[in-house]
Amino acid sequence: MGTPDTAGDWSSEMEVDAFRRLFPLRYYERHLSESIRPDARPLKKARDTIVSLGAVASSDGSALAKIGSTTMLAAIKMEVMTPSVDSPDEGSIAVEFHMPPICSPVVRPGRPAEVAPVISKQLLDSLLSSGIIDLKELSLIKGKAAWMAYLDIYCLDADGALFDAALLSAVAAFSHLRIPVVSLNDEGRMVMVSKELEGEKLDKEPVDKERRKISLKSIPFSLTCILHKNYILADPTFEEESIMETFITVVLNSSGQLVSLYKPGGPVLAHTSAIQECVALTRQRMKELQEIIDEAISTMEID
Amino acid sequence: MEIDRADGRSPNQLRPLSCSRGVLNRAHGSARWAQGNTQVLAAVYGPKGGTKKNENPEKASVEVIWKPRTGQIGKQEKEYEMVLKRTLQSICILTIHPNTTTSLIVQVVHDDGALLPCAINASCAALVDAGIPLKHLAVAICCCLAENGLVMLDPTKLEEEKMKAFVYLVLPNSILSVLPEESSSVKGEQMEHGLITSVTHGVMSVDDYLHCLERGRAATSKMSDFLRRNLQPQLSSDSLKAG
Repeated sequence: MGTPDTAGDWSSEMEVDAFRRLFPLRYYERHLSESIRPDARPLKKARDTIVSLGAVASSDGSALAKIGSTTMLAAIKMEVMTPSVDSPDEGSIAVEFHMPPICSPVVRPGRPAEVAPVISKQLLDSLLSSGIIDLKELSLIKGKAAWMAYLDIYCLDADGALFDAALLSAVAAFSHLRIPVVSLNDEGRMVMVSKELEGEKLDKEPVDKERRKISLKSIPFSLTCILHKNYILADPTFEEESIMETFITVVLNSSGQLVSLYKPGGPVLAHTSAIQECVALTRQRMKELQEIIDEAISTMEID
Repeated sequence: MEIDRADGRSPNQLRPLSCSRGVLNRAHGSARWAQGNTQVLAAVYGPKGGTKKNENPEKASVEVIWKPRTGQIGKQEKEYEMVLKRTLQSICILTIHPNTTTSLIVQVVHDDGALLPCAINASCAALVDAGIPLKHLAVAICCCLAENGLVMLDPTKLEEEKMKAFVYLVLPNSILSVLPEESSSVKGEQMEHGLITSVTHGVMSVDDYLHCLERGRAATSKMSDFLRRNLQPQLSSDSLKAG
Protein backbone atom coordinates (compact mmCIF):
# COMPACT_ATOMS: atom_id res chain seq x y z
CA MET A 1 0.00 0.00 0.00
CA GLY A 2 3.04 2.23 -0.05
CA THR A 3 5.01 3.87 2.69
CA PRO A 4 3.76 6.73 4.86
CA ASP A 5 4.73 10.20 3.76
CA THR A 6 7.21 12.33 5.67
CA ALA A 7 4.73 13.18 8.42
CA GLY A 8 4.20 9.44 9.08
CA ASP A 9 0.63 9.89 8.00
CA TRP A 10 -0.91 6.98 6.16
CA SER A 11 -4.12 8.81 5.46
CA SER A 12 -3.20 9.94 1.97
CA GLU A 13 -2.10 6.46 0.99
CA MET A 14 -4.96 4.25 2.11
CA GLU A 15 -8.71 4.14 1.75
CA VAL A 16 -10.86 6.02 4.20
CA ASP A 17 -12.60 2.91 5.56
CA ALA A 18 -9.33 1.13 6.20
CA PHE A 19 -7.91 4.17 8.00
CA ARG A 20 -11.09 4.38 10.06
CA ARG A 21 -10.69 0.78 11.22
CA LEU A 22 -6.96 0.82 11.78
CA PHE A 23 -6.43 4.22 13.37
CA PRO A 24 -9.84 5.15 14.78
CA LEU A 25 -8.61 7.79 17.19
CA ARG A 26 -6.60 9.64 14.56
CA TYR A 27 -9.51 9.44 12.16
CA TYR A 28 -11.75 11.10 14.72
CA GLU A 29 -9.19 13.70 15.73
CA ARG A 30 -8.80 14.78 12.10
CA HIS A 31 -12.53 15.45 12.09
CA LEU A 32 -12.65 17.09 15.51
CA SER A 33 -9.97 19.60 14.58
CA GLU A 34 -12.38 20.82 11.88
CA SER A 35 -15.22 20.88 14.46
CA ILE A 36 -17.22 18.20 12.75
CA ARG A 37 -17.90 14.49 13.17
CA PRO A 38 -17.81 11.71 10.57
CA ASP A 39 -21.61 11.73 10.29
CA ALA A 40 -21.45 15.48 9.46
CA ARG A 41 -22.91 16.57 12.78
CA PRO A 42 -21.48 19.60 14.57
CA LEU A 43 -19.89 18.66 17.89
CA LYS A 44 -22.69 19.93 20.10
CA LYS A 45 -25.64 18.59 18.13
CA ALA A 46 -27.62 15.52 19.06
CA ARG A 47 -28.97 13.04 16.52
CA ASP A 48 -32.51 13.15 15.11
CA THR A 49 -34.98 12.00 17.72
CA ILE A 50 -38.35 10.37 17.13
CA VAL A 51 -40.92 9.37 19.74
CA SER A 52 -44.00 7.36 18.94
CA LEU A 53 -46.59 6.54 21.58
CA GLY A 54 -48.73 3.44 21.87
CA ALA A 55 -46.34 1.05 20.15
CA VAL A 56 -47.43 -1.97 22.23
CA ALA A 57 -51.19 -2.42 22.13
CA SER A 58 -51.45 -4.98 24.93
CA SER A 59 -49.82 -2.79 27.55
CA ASP A 60 -51.31 0.02 29.59
CA GLY A 61 -48.79 2.56 28.31
CA SER A 62 -45.97 2.23 25.80
CA ALA A 63 -43.66 4.19 23.59
CA LEU A 64 -40.92 3.73 21.03
CA ALA A 65 -38.06 6.22 21.12
CA LYS A 66 -35.27 6.53 18.58
CA ILE A 67 -32.24 8.76 18.96
CA GLY A 68 -30.37 8.34 15.70
CA SER A 69 -30.16 4.56 15.38
CA THR A 70 -30.51 3.77 19.07
CA THR A 71 -34.00 2.34 19.50
CA MET A 72 -35.78 1.68 22.78
CA LEU A 73 -39.22 0.17 23.30
CA ALA A 74 -40.82 0.89 26.68
CA ALA A 75 -44.01 -0.69 27.97
CA ILE A 76 -45.83 -0.34 31.28
CA LYS A 77 -48.13 -2.91 32.83
CA MET A 78 -50.13 -2.02 35.90
CA GLU A 79 -50.90 -4.53 38.61
CA VAL A 80 -52.65 -4.18 41.92
CA MET A 81 -50.61 -5.08 44.95
CA THR A 82 -50.62 -4.38 48.69
CA PRO A 83 -48.54 -1.36 49.55
CA SER A 84 -45.63 -1.63 51.97
CA VAL A 85 -46.10 -0.90 55.65
CA ASP A 86 -43.73 2.10 55.52
CA SER A 87 -45.79 3.91 52.91
CA PRO A 88 -49.36 2.63 52.94
CA ASP A 89 -50.68 5.38 50.69
CA GLU A 90 -48.14 5.08 47.91
CA GLY A 91 -47.83 2.87 44.88
CA SER A 92 -44.49 1.91 43.37
CA ILE A 93 -42.55 1.56 40.12
CA ALA A 94 -40.30 -1.31 39.08
CA VAL A 95 -37.92 -0.73 36.17
CA GLU A 96 -36.18 -3.41 34.17
CA PHE A 97 -33.87 -2.62 31.27
CA HIS A 98 -33.25 -5.49 28.88
CA MET A 99 -30.55 -5.76 26.27
CA PRO A 100 -31.53 -8.74 24.11
CA PRO A 101 -28.98 -10.09 21.61
CA ILE A 102 -30.78 -8.30 18.79
CA CYS A 103 -29.42 -4.96 19.90
CA SER A 104 -25.70 -5.40 19.46
CA PRO A 105 -23.11 -7.91 18.22
CA VAL A 106 -21.43 -7.73 21.62
CA VAL A 107 -24.40 -9.16 23.53
CA ARG A 108 -24.77 -12.93 23.42
CA PRO A 109 -27.73 -15.00 24.74
CA GLY A 110 -25.99 -16.58 27.71
CA ARG A 111 -24.12 -13.48 28.84
CA PRO A 112 -26.25 -10.52 29.86
CA ALA A 113 -24.66 -7.19 29.06
CA GLU A 114 -22.79 -5.58 31.95
CA VAL A 115 -24.45 -2.21 31.51
CA ALA A 116 -28.03 -3.52 31.67
CA PRO A 117 -28.51 -3.72 35.47
CA VAL A 118 -26.60 -0.45 35.91
CA ILE A 119 -28.90 1.38 33.49
CA SER A 120 -31.98 -0.20 35.16
CA LYS A 121 -30.90 1.14 38.52
CA GLN A 122 -30.01 4.57 37.16
CA LEU A 123 -33.38 4.84 35.42
CA LEU A 124 -35.23 3.94 38.60
CA ASP A 125 -33.25 6.45 40.64
CA SER A 126 -33.74 9.21 38.07
CA LEU A 127 -37.48 8.58 37.71
CA LEU A 128 -38.11 8.41 41.45
CA SER A 129 -35.95 11.33 42.50
CA SER A 130 -37.10 13.65 39.73
CA GLY A 131 -40.66 13.24 41.00
CA ILE A 132 -42.18 12.60 37.60
CA ILE A 133 -45.11 10.84 39.23
CA ASP A 134 -46.53 11.41 42.64
CA LEU A 135 -46.62 7.89 44.03
CA LYS A 136 -49.65 8.83 46.10
CA GLU A 137 -51.67 9.05 42.87
CA LEU A 138 -51.05 5.35 42.39
CA SER A 139 -52.82 4.47 45.61
CA LEU A 140 -56.28 2.87 45.48
CA ILE A 141 -57.30 2.05 49.03
CA LYS A 142 -54.96 3.21 51.73
CA GLY A 143 -53.13 0.34 53.34
CA LYS A 144 -54.88 -2.31 51.25
CA ALA A 145 -54.36 -1.79 47.53
CA ALA A 146 -52.12 0.30 45.34
CA TRP A 147 -50.84 0.18 41.78
CA MET A 148 -47.45 -1.22 40.91
CA ALA A 149 -46.21 -0.02 37.53
CA TYR A 150 -43.89 -2.53 35.87
CA LEU A 151 -41.83 -0.63 33.32
CA ASP A 152 -39.90 -2.80 30.87
CA ILE A 153 -37.56 -1.22 28.41
CA TYR A 154 -36.15 -3.26 25.57
CA CYS A 155 -33.15 -2.05 23.66
CA LEU A 156 -33.67 -2.96 20.03
CA ASP A 157 -30.62 -1.26 18.60
CA ALA A 158 -27.67 -0.16 20.73
CA ASP A 159 -25.85 2.65 18.97
CA GLY A 160 -24.61 4.78 21.86
CA ALA A 161 -26.38 7.03 24.37
CA LEU A 162 -28.42 4.12 25.75
CA PHE A 163 -29.42 5.86 28.96
CA ASP A 164 -30.74 8.95 27.13
CA ALA A 165 -32.93 6.92 24.80
CA ALA A 166 -34.15 4.68 27.63
CA LEU A 167 -35.11 7.66 29.80
CA LEU A 168 -36.89 9.30 26.88
CA SER A 169 -38.87 6.15 26.11
CA ALA A 170 -39.78 5.72 29.80
CA VAL A 171 -41.04 9.31 30.04
CA ALA A 172 -43.02 8.90 26.81
CA ALA A 173 -44.54 5.64 28.05
CA PHE A 174 -45.64 7.34 31.27
CA SER A 175 -47.24 10.13 29.30
CA HIS A 176 -49.18 7.51 27.31
CA LEU A 177 -50.18 5.51 30.39
CA ARG A 178 -53.89 5.00 31.05
CA ILE A 179 -54.69 3.38 34.37
CA PRO A 180 -57.17 0.52 33.97
CA VAL A 181 -60.54 0.60 35.70
CA VAL A 182 -60.89 -1.67 38.69
CA SER A 183 -63.59 -2.34 41.22
CA LEU A 184 -63.82 -4.18 44.48
CA ASN A 185 -65.58 -7.52 44.16
CA ASP A 186 -67.52 -9.40 46.86
CA GLU A 187 -64.47 -11.08 48.33
CA GLY A 188 -62.80 -7.73 48.87
CA ARG A 189 -60.35 -8.13 46.02
CA MET A 190 -59.72 -5.75 43.21
CA VAL A 191 -60.76 -7.00 39.82
CA MET A 192 -60.26 -5.46 36.44
CA VAL A 193 -63.43 -4.21 34.86
CA SER A 194 -63.34 -5.58 31.34
CA LYS A 195 -64.53 -3.61 28.36
CA GLU A 196 -67.71 -5.61 27.81
CA LEU A 197 -69.01 -5.00 31.30
CA GLU A 198 -68.37 -1.29 31.20
CA GLY A 199 -71.62 -0.57 29.47
CA GLU A 200 -73.80 -2.67 31.82
CA LYS A 201 -74.75 -1.92 35.36
CA LEU A 202 -72.19 -3.13 37.85
CA ASP A 203 -72.97 -4.49 41.30
CA LYS A 204 -70.24 -2.49 42.92
CA GLU A 205 -69.13 0.96 41.85
CA PRO A 206 -65.72 0.95 40.19
CA VAL A 207 -63.03 2.86 41.97
CA ASP A 208 -62.34 5.04 38.92
CA LYS A 209 -65.04 5.76 36.40
CA GLU A 210 -62.79 5.72 33.37
CA ARG A 211 -59.21 5.01 32.46
CA ARG A 212 -57.44 7.99 33.83
CA LYS A 213 -54.13 9.53 32.92
CA ILE A 214 -51.37 10.17 35.35
CA SER A 215 -50.33 13.78 35.70
CA LEU A 216 -46.63 14.15 35.05
CA LYS A 217 -45.01 16.63 37.34
CA SER A 218 -41.40 17.40 36.61
CA ILE A 219 -40.06 15.38 33.73
CA PRO A 220 -36.39 14.32 33.64
CA PHE A 221 -34.39 14.67 30.43
CA SER A 222 -30.81 13.63 29.92
CA LEU A 223 -27.85 14.11 27.63
CA THR A 224 -24.65 12.09 27.45
CA CYS A 225 -21.52 13.94 26.36
CA ILE A 226 -18.10 12.58 25.57
CA LEU A 227 -15.01 14.40 26.79
CA HIS A 228 -11.88 14.06 24.71
CA LYS A 229 -8.94 16.41 25.26
CA ASN A 230 -10.58 19.81 24.93
CA TYR A 231 -13.56 18.67 22.89
CA ILE A 232 -17.04 17.95 24.14
CA LEU A 233 -19.18 15.80 21.86
CA ALA A 234 -22.90 15.58 22.54
CA ASP A 235 -24.89 12.37 21.98
CA PRO A 236 -22.20 9.86 21.01
CA THR A 237 -22.65 6.88 18.72
CA PHE A 238 -21.40 3.44 19.76
CA GLU A 239 -18.21 3.91 17.75
CA GLU A 240 -17.44 7.23 19.44
CA GLU A 241 -18.13 5.75 22.89
CA SER A 242 -15.78 2.84 22.32
CA ILE A 243 -12.90 4.99 21.07
CA MET A 244 -13.15 7.94 23.44
CA GLU A 245 -14.04 6.35 26.72
CA THR A 246 -14.83 9.27 28.99
CA PHE A 247 -18.49 10.22 29.12
CA ILE A 248 -20.63 12.29 31.43
CA THR A 249 -24.42 11.97 31.67
CA VAL A 250 -26.40 14.94 33.01
CA VAL A 251 -30.07 14.53 33.91
CA LEU A 252 -32.10 17.70 34.48
CA ASN A 253 -35.76 17.93 35.32
CA SER A 254 -38.17 20.44 33.84
CA SER A 255 -37.71 22.83 36.77
CA GLY A 256 -34.00 23.06 35.87
CA GLN A 257 -32.70 21.10 38.84
CA LEU A 258 -29.95 18.53 38.60
CA VAL A 259 -31.31 15.03 39.06
CA SER A 260 -28.08 13.23 38.34
CA LEU A 261 -24.56 13.97 37.15
CA TYR A 262 -22.92 10.66 36.36
CA LYS A 263 -19.31 10.43 35.31
CA PRO A 264 -17.96 6.94 35.87
CA GLY A 265 -14.18 7.34 35.64
CA GLY A 266 -12.53 7.63 32.28
CA PRO A 267 -9.07 8.82 31.22
CA VAL A 268 -10.08 12.48 30.87
CA LEU A 269 -10.58 14.55 34.02
CA ALA A 270 -13.55 16.90 34.03
CA HIS A 271 -12.87 20.46 35.07
CA THR A 272 -15.57 22.82 36.25
CA SER A 273 -15.75 24.53 32.85
CA ALA A 274 -16.44 21.21 31.13
CA ILE A 275 -19.13 20.34 33.65
CA GLN A 276 -20.84 23.69 33.19
CA GLU A 277 -20.76 23.31 29.45
CA CYS A 278 -22.31 19.84 29.63
CA VAL A 279 -25.09 21.20 31.84
CA ALA A 280 -25.73 24.02 29.37
CA LEU A 281 -25.92 21.53 26.48
CA THR A 282 -28.36 19.43 28.47
CA ARG A 283 -30.58 22.46 29.05
CA GLN A 284 -30.72 23.12 25.35
CA ARG A 285 -31.45 19.47 24.60
CA MET A 286 -34.20 19.51 27.22
CA LYS A 287 -36.09 22.13 25.23
CA GLU A 288 -35.83 20.06 22.06
CA LEU A 289 -36.98 16.89 23.80
CA GLN A 290 -39.87 18.66 25.52
CA GLU A 291 -41.15 19.83 22.12
CA ILE A 292 -40.82 16.35 20.65
CA ILE A 293 -42.78 14.76 23.49
CA ASP A 294 -45.49 17.44 23.41
CA GLU A 295 -45.89 16.91 19.70
CA ALA A 296 -46.15 13.14 20.14
CA ILE A 297 -48.81 13.56 22.83
CA SER A 298 -50.88 15.95 20.73
CA THR A 299 -50.65 13.67 17.68
CA MET A 300 -51.93 10.81 19.77
CA GLU A 301 -54.81 12.80 21.19
CA ILE A 302 -56.01 13.77 17.75
CA ASP A 303 -56.37 10.11 16.75
CA MET B 1 -26.69 28.40 59.48
CA GLU B 2 -25.28 25.77 61.75
CA ILE B 3 -26.53 22.25 61.76
CA ASP B 4 -25.80 20.02 64.69
CA ARG B 5 -24.45 16.73 63.45
CA ALA B 6 -25.26 13.74 65.58
CA ASP B 7 -21.64 12.96 66.30
CA GLY B 8 -20.70 16.57 66.98
CA ARG B 9 -18.58 17.15 63.88
CA SER B 10 -18.44 20.42 62.00
CA PRO B 11 -19.78 20.38 58.42
CA ASN B 12 -16.28 20.24 56.94
CA GLN B 13 -14.90 17.64 59.26
CA LEU B 14 -14.19 14.12 58.09
CA ARG B 15 -14.53 11.06 60.29
CA PRO B 16 -11.35 9.50 61.63
CA LEU B 17 -9.59 7.66 58.79
CA SER B 18 -7.61 4.49 59.22
CA CYS B 19 -5.87 2.34 56.65
CA SER B 20 -3.92 -0.88 57.11
CA ARG B 21 -2.26 -2.61 54.21
CA GLY B 22 -1.16 -6.20 53.76
CA VAL B 23 -3.95 -7.60 55.93
CA LEU B 24 -4.55 -10.70 53.81
CA ASN B 25 -1.95 -13.38 53.27
CA ARG B 26 -2.85 -14.98 49.92
CA ALA B 27 -3.84 -11.80 48.08
CA HIS B 28 -1.14 -10.03 46.11
CA GLY B 29 -2.25 -6.76 47.67
CA SER B 30 -4.85 -5.95 50.26
CA ALA B 31 -6.04 -3.05 52.37
CA ARG B 32 -8.61 -2.37 55.04
CA TRP B 33 -9.94 1.17 55.00
CA ALA B 34 -12.18 2.65 57.66
CA GLN B 35 -13.90 6.03 57.75
CA GLY B 36 -15.59 6.21 61.14
CA ASN B 37 -17.73 3.07 61.32
CA THR B 38 -17.73 2.34 57.58
CA GLN B 39 -15.18 -0.37 56.90
CA VAL B 40 -14.23 -1.97 53.61
CA LEU B 41 -11.71 -4.69 52.87
CA ALA B 42 -10.17 -4.77 49.38
CA ALA B 43 -7.98 -7.49 47.87
CA VAL B 44 -6.06 -7.41 44.59
CA TYR B 45 -4.98 -10.43 42.60
CA GLY B 46 -2.98 -9.88 39.49
CA PRO B 47 -1.91 -9.25 36.90
CA LYS B 48 -3.04 -12.63 35.65
CA GLY B 49 -2.63 -13.71 32.07
CA GLY B 50 -5.43 -13.35 29.56
CA THR B 51 -8.38 -11.03 29.22
CA LYS B 52 -12.10 -11.63 29.00
CA LYS B 53 -13.75 -11.91 25.61
CA ASN B 54 -15.06 -8.39 25.27
CA GLU B 55 -12.00 -6.65 26.60
CA ASN B 56 -9.28 -5.09 24.50
CA PRO B 57 -6.20 -7.38 24.54
CA GLU B 58 -3.86 -4.49 23.83
CA LYS B 59 -4.42 -3.11 27.31
CA ALA B 60 -4.53 -4.52 30.81
CA SER B 61 -8.05 -4.94 32.11
CA VAL B 62 -9.46 -4.54 35.60
CA GLU B 63 -12.18 -6.79 36.98
CA VAL B 64 -14.11 -5.83 40.09
CA ILE B 65 -16.18 -8.09 42.32
CA TRP B 66 -18.24 -6.39 44.98
CA LYS B 67 -19.47 -8.43 47.91
CA PRO B 68 -22.11 -6.83 50.11
CA ARG B 69 -22.19 -7.50 53.82
CA THR B 70 -25.51 -9.34 53.66
CA GLY B 71 -27.98 -10.27 51.01
CA GLN B 72 -27.76 -11.25 47.38
CA ILE B 73 -25.91 -9.45 44.67
CA GLY B 74 -28.33 -7.09 42.95
CA LYS B 75 -28.32 -4.04 40.72
CA GLN B 76 -26.81 -1.76 43.35
CA GLU B 77 -23.75 -4.02 43.58
CA LYS B 78 -23.45 -4.17 39.79
CA GLU B 79 -23.54 -0.38 39.64
CA TYR B 80 -20.82 -0.10 42.26
CA GLU B 81 -18.73 -2.64 40.36
CA MET B 82 -19.04 -0.68 37.13
CA VAL B 83 -18.20 2.68 38.72
CA LEU B 84 -15.24 1.20 40.59
CA LYS B 85 -13.95 -0.57 37.48
CA ARG B 86 -14.08 2.54 35.31
CA THR B 87 -12.52 4.70 38.04
CA LEU B 88 -9.64 2.28 38.54
CA GLN B 89 -9.12 1.87 34.81
CA SER B 90 -8.55 5.60 34.60
CA ILE B 91 -5.84 5.57 37.28
CA CYS B 92 -3.98 2.40 36.32
CA ILE B 93 -1.38 2.58 33.57
CA LEU B 94 -3.02 0.04 31.32
CA THR B 95 -0.36 -0.12 28.63
CA ILE B 96 2.34 -1.62 30.85
CA HIS B 97 0.99 -5.18 31.06
CA PRO B 98 -1.18 -5.78 28.00
CA ASN B 99 -3.42 -8.83 27.79
CA THR B 100 -3.63 -9.30 31.57
CA THR B 101 -6.44 -9.05 34.07
CA THR B 102 -6.13 -7.56 37.52
CA SER B 103 -8.96 -8.66 39.83
CA LEU B 104 -10.10 -6.53 42.67
CA ILE B 105 -12.45 -7.96 45.28
CA VAL B 106 -14.23 -5.57 47.61
CA GLN B 107 -15.86 -6.90 50.76
CA VAL B 108 -18.09 -4.58 52.73
CA VAL B 109 -17.44 -5.09 56.42
CA HIS B 110 -19.74 -2.40 57.73
CA ASP B 111 -21.79 0.26 55.98
CA ASP B 112 -22.28 3.47 57.92
CA GLY B 113 -22.56 5.98 55.10
CA ALA B 114 -20.19 6.98 52.26
CA LEU B 115 -19.73 3.34 51.24
CA LEU B 116 -18.58 3.82 47.66
CA PRO B 117 -15.93 6.45 48.49
CA CYS B 118 -14.60 4.21 51.27
CA ALA B 119 -14.38 1.31 48.80
CA ILE B 120 -12.57 3.42 46.21
CA ASN B 121 -10.03 4.55 48.81
CA ALA B 122 -9.54 0.97 49.99
CA SER B 123 -9.08 -0.26 46.40
CA CYS B 124 -6.47 2.41 45.74
CA ALA B 125 -4.51 1.41 48.83
CA ALA B 126 -4.79 -2.27 47.87
CA LEU B 127 -3.48 -1.54 44.36
CA VAL B 128 -0.51 0.28 45.86
CA ASP B 129 0.09 -2.67 48.18
CA ALA B 130 0.10 -5.02 45.20
CA GLY B 131 2.52 -2.84 43.30
CA ILE B 132 0.24 -2.27 40.29
CA PRO B 133 1.56 0.75 38.32
CA LEU B 134 -0.69 3.77 38.77
CA LYS B 135 -0.66 7.24 37.21
CA HIS B 136 -1.81 8.89 40.40
CA LEU B 137 -3.95 7.98 43.37
CA ALA B 138 -7.67 8.50 43.59
CA VAL B 139 -9.20 10.21 46.60
CA ALA B 140 -12.92 9.70 47.10
CA ILE B 141 -15.23 11.77 49.23
CA CYS B 142 -18.96 12.06 49.87
CA CYS B 143 -20.72 15.42 50.18
CA CYS B 144 -24.32 15.65 51.25
CA LEU B 145 -26.70 18.55 50.85
CA ALA B 146 -29.13 19.55 53.56
CA GLU B 147 -32.52 21.19 52.96
CA ASN B 148 -31.18 24.68 53.63
CA GLY B 149 -28.32 24.29 51.14
CA LEU B 150 -25.59 23.51 53.68
CA VAL B 151 -22.94 21.11 52.41
CA MET B 152 -21.66 18.50 54.83
CA LEU B 153 -18.76 16.17 54.21
CA ASP B 154 -18.55 12.45 54.95
CA PRO B 155 -22.07 11.72 56.21
CA THR B 156 -23.06 8.75 58.32
CA LYS B 157 -25.85 6.46 57.14
CA LEU B 158 -28.49 8.29 59.15
CA GLU B 159 -27.37 11.61 57.73
CA GLU B 160 -27.37 10.23 54.18
CA GLU B 161 -30.95 9.09 54.56
CA LYS B 162 -32.18 12.36 56.01
CA MET B 163 -30.50 14.65 53.52
CA LYS B 164 -32.16 15.65 50.29
CA ALA B 165 -29.20 14.71 48.11
CA PHE B 166 -25.64 13.45 48.24
CA VAL B 167 -22.74 13.28 45.82
CA TYR B 168 -19.83 10.87 45.63
CA LEU B 169 -16.77 12.55 44.14
CA VAL B 170 -13.46 11.03 43.16
CA LEU B 171 -10.56 13.35 42.48
CA PRO B 172 -6.89 12.73 41.77
CA ASN B 173 -4.67 13.26 44.77
CA SER B 174 -2.83 16.56 45.12
CA ILE B 175 0.65 16.57 43.74
CA LEU B 176 3.59 17.69 45.83
CA SER B 177 5.75 18.85 43.01
CA VAL B 178 9.07 20.67 42.79
CA LEU B 179 8.30 21.75 39.25
CA PRO B 180 6.95 25.26 38.67
CA GLU B 181 3.18 25.68 38.73
CA GLU B 182 2.70 26.34 35.00
CA SER B 183 3.68 22.85 33.95
CA SER B 184 0.74 21.20 35.66
CA SER B 185 -1.98 23.63 34.71
CA VAL B 186 -4.51 23.07 31.99
CA LYS B 187 -6.16 26.26 30.78
CA GLY B 188 -5.51 27.88 34.12
CA GLU B 189 -6.95 24.97 36.12
CA GLN B 190 -4.71 22.56 37.94
CA MET B 191 -4.72 18.87 37.10
CA GLU B 192 -5.70 17.97 40.60
CA HIS B 193 -8.92 19.92 40.24
CA GLY B 194 -10.21 17.66 37.53
CA LEU B 195 -12.95 15.22 38.41
CA ILE B 196 -12.44 11.52 37.81
CA THR B 197 -15.84 10.23 38.88
CA SER B 198 -19.09 11.70 40.10
CA VAL B 199 -22.24 9.83 41.17
CA THR B 200 -25.18 11.77 42.54
CA HIS B 201 -28.31 10.70 44.35
CA GLY B 202 -31.31 12.95 44.86
CA VAL B 203 -32.24 16.27 43.29
CA MET B 204 -30.19 19.42 43.78
CA SER B 205 -29.64 22.63 41.90
CA VAL B 206 -26.65 22.97 39.59
CA ASP B 207 -25.13 25.65 41.85
CA ASP B 208 -25.39 23.32 44.84
CA TYR B 209 -23.55 20.66 42.88
CA LEU B 210 -20.73 23.03 41.96
CA HIS B 211 -20.56 24.11 45.59
CA CYS B 212 -20.21 20.47 46.68
CA LEU B 213 -17.46 20.06 44.09
CA GLU B 214 -15.48 22.94 45.57
CA ARG B 215 -15.84 21.61 49.10
CA GLY B 216 -14.81 18.17 47.91
CA ARG B 217 -11.68 19.59 46.28
CA ALA B 218 -10.72 21.37 49.47
CA ALA B 219 -11.12 18.19 51.48
CA THR B 220 -9.04 16.08 49.11
CA SER B 221 -5.85 17.83 50.17
CA LYS B 222 -6.38 16.58 53.72
CA MET B 223 -7.09 13.06 52.53
CA SER B 224 -4.12 13.15 50.14
CA ASP B 225 -1.83 13.99 53.04
CA PHE B 226 -3.20 11.07 55.02
CA LEU B 227 -2.74 8.74 52.05
CA ARG B 228 0.78 9.92 51.40
CA ARG B 229 1.82 9.36 55.02
CA ASN B 230 0.10 6.02 55.21
CA LEU B 231 1.34 4.60 51.92
CA GLN B 232 5.01 5.38 52.51
CA PRO B 233 6.86 2.07 52.45
CA GLN B 234 7.74 0.94 55.95
CA LEU B 235 11.39 0.52 55.14
CA SER B 236 12.87 1.98 58.29
CA SER B 237 11.40 -0.66 60.63
CA ASP B 238 12.30 -3.54 58.26
CA SER B 239 15.89 -2.48 57.86
CA LEU B 240 16.23 -2.23 61.64
CA LYS B 241 15.05 -5.82 61.99
CA ALA B 242 17.40 -7.05 59.28
CA GLY B 243 20.39 -5.15 60.58
